[in-house]
Amino acid sequence: MQKLCTFAALLLLATGPLTAQRFFTRDAHVYFNATSSLEKIEATTKSGTCVLDTKTGKMEWKVLVKGFQMEKALMQEHFNENYMESSKFPSAQFKGAITNLSEVNFTQDGKYSAQVKGLLTMHGVTKDVNLSGTVKVNKGSISLFSSFIVLPGDYDISIPSLVREKIAKEIKVSVEALLQPMK
Amino acid sequence: MKKFLLFFLLGTASLLSAQNDDLLSQLPDAPTTDYVTSTFKSNRLINGHSIENTAPGVLEFKISHRFTPLRQGVYDMFGLDNANVRIGFDYGLTSRLMIGVGRGGREKIFDGFAKFKILRQSSGQRNMPIGLSYLIDGQIKSLKFSDAERDNKFSSRVFYTHQLLLARKFNDNLSLQLMPTLVHRNLVPSSGDKNDVFAIGVGGRIKITKRQAINAEYYYVPTGQINGSYANSLSVGWEIETGGHVFSLHFTNSEDMTYKGFITETQEDWFFKNDEDRLLSGIRFGFNVSRVFTVRKPKKI
Repeated sequence: MQKLCTFAALLLLATGPLTAQRFFTRDAHVYFNATSSLEKIEATTKSGTCVLDTKTGKMEWKVLVKGFQMEKALMQEHFNENYMESSKFPSAQFKGAITNLSEVNFTQDGKYSAQVKGLLTMHGVTKDVNLSGTVKVNKGSISLFSSFIVLPGDYDISIPSLVREKIAKEIKVSVEALLQPMK
Repeated sequence: MKKFLLFFLLGTASLLSAQNDDLLSQLPDAPTTDYVTSTFKSNRLINGHSIENTAPGVLEFKISHRFTPLRQGVYDMFGLDNANVRIGFDYGLTSRLMIGVGRGGREKIFDGFAKFKILRQSSGQRNMPIGLSYLIDGQIKSLKFSDAERDNKFSSRVFYTHQLLLARKFNDNLSLQLMPTLVHRNLVPSSGDKNDVFAIGVGGRIKITKRQAINAEYYYVPTGQINGSYANSLSVGWEIETGGHVFSLHFTNSEDMTYKGFITETQEDWFFKNDEDRLLSGIRFGFNVSRVFTVRKPKKI
């Protein structure tokens, strides 16, 4: 009986890592580019949070607006104060799921293209979005990549006419996360 | 026993597969500290400093004017015909330390300062209700000595200011600041004047739109330190921010923009009665304009 117990315990322990279905990171990279012909506007953060459930294909992302770093301090201040209002809306979030889950094999190393549907929330506004990205499985870790376009107007981010020419109409966003199994 | 084991296994299995829809909430909390930024728009309130620093690697060019009192009327274009001008440069060395130099026309004065952030207002893991900075400022009056025959020493030209800046951003719209200040004058005009003049300043900002704010600043000098007539400095300003500029348009009763000047040498109150008992006003118009240049870029983003 004792043997059986030990066996059961070992089985539970051993199957733990194999059946890990939740993967996460706290240092996902998020980059955006709103460069126009007049002004270079780029920002990046390396402290995004991402959790992925491989069984259901559900994923969630969260990034702190204040975490974005820009080359010009004043631009970063304006980004927080005037555009994203980061004290009122501290984070941007995405909550969604992989729609072509059958085409992504999380247990086999390789590169898969994924379609993701979900809700993107920032500046207090939530929008339905469809994104496409890449899933890379490599020795037990999973990487996610995607790039997409965001329109400031969709999220009630108003740009005064005085600087309208300085900020790109379409803002290119790219995200990258290297996920580890959650214990 | 077997049944119990099976039950146990099933139990744990169902626990493991218990699905929580909110994936992020399953992560253990990572404690973070949120530092308050943009308590004020500029590193000056009006005449004196605010708790803000120029960002590291950023050079800030400042031009300030203080005109003669409005009461001169239209002949003097309400004081605009004559101005005391200060031109200065500020530079951020680190995220906590900034320095600056300037030159003001009144008394041909040079000034230089260093400002250090001791505490930053923050919430979260590290909770700090206020921000605290220390400012040391030196002023050198280069005006020719009034009595060239006397044994004039260089030290007689020098003034020092020590100031603590305590500020709190209550919300996006309201920030308040308290400024205990000590002005040291090596040479004083009369034996009734103290070399060390203590003053207490209060100031604040009310934001009216995302890019505009109303600022006010008042320095109270307790009596018995300055001989002869002087007034406490009071300034109210309207601050407008555009891309790389901050414009501050204000009304003040101080002609000078250096500490020893506006704290110990302000002559007229906003409203006062002259010897003939006529009500006059010492209000002047003034402005500060600042332009930033990113000189040293941070590490490649």
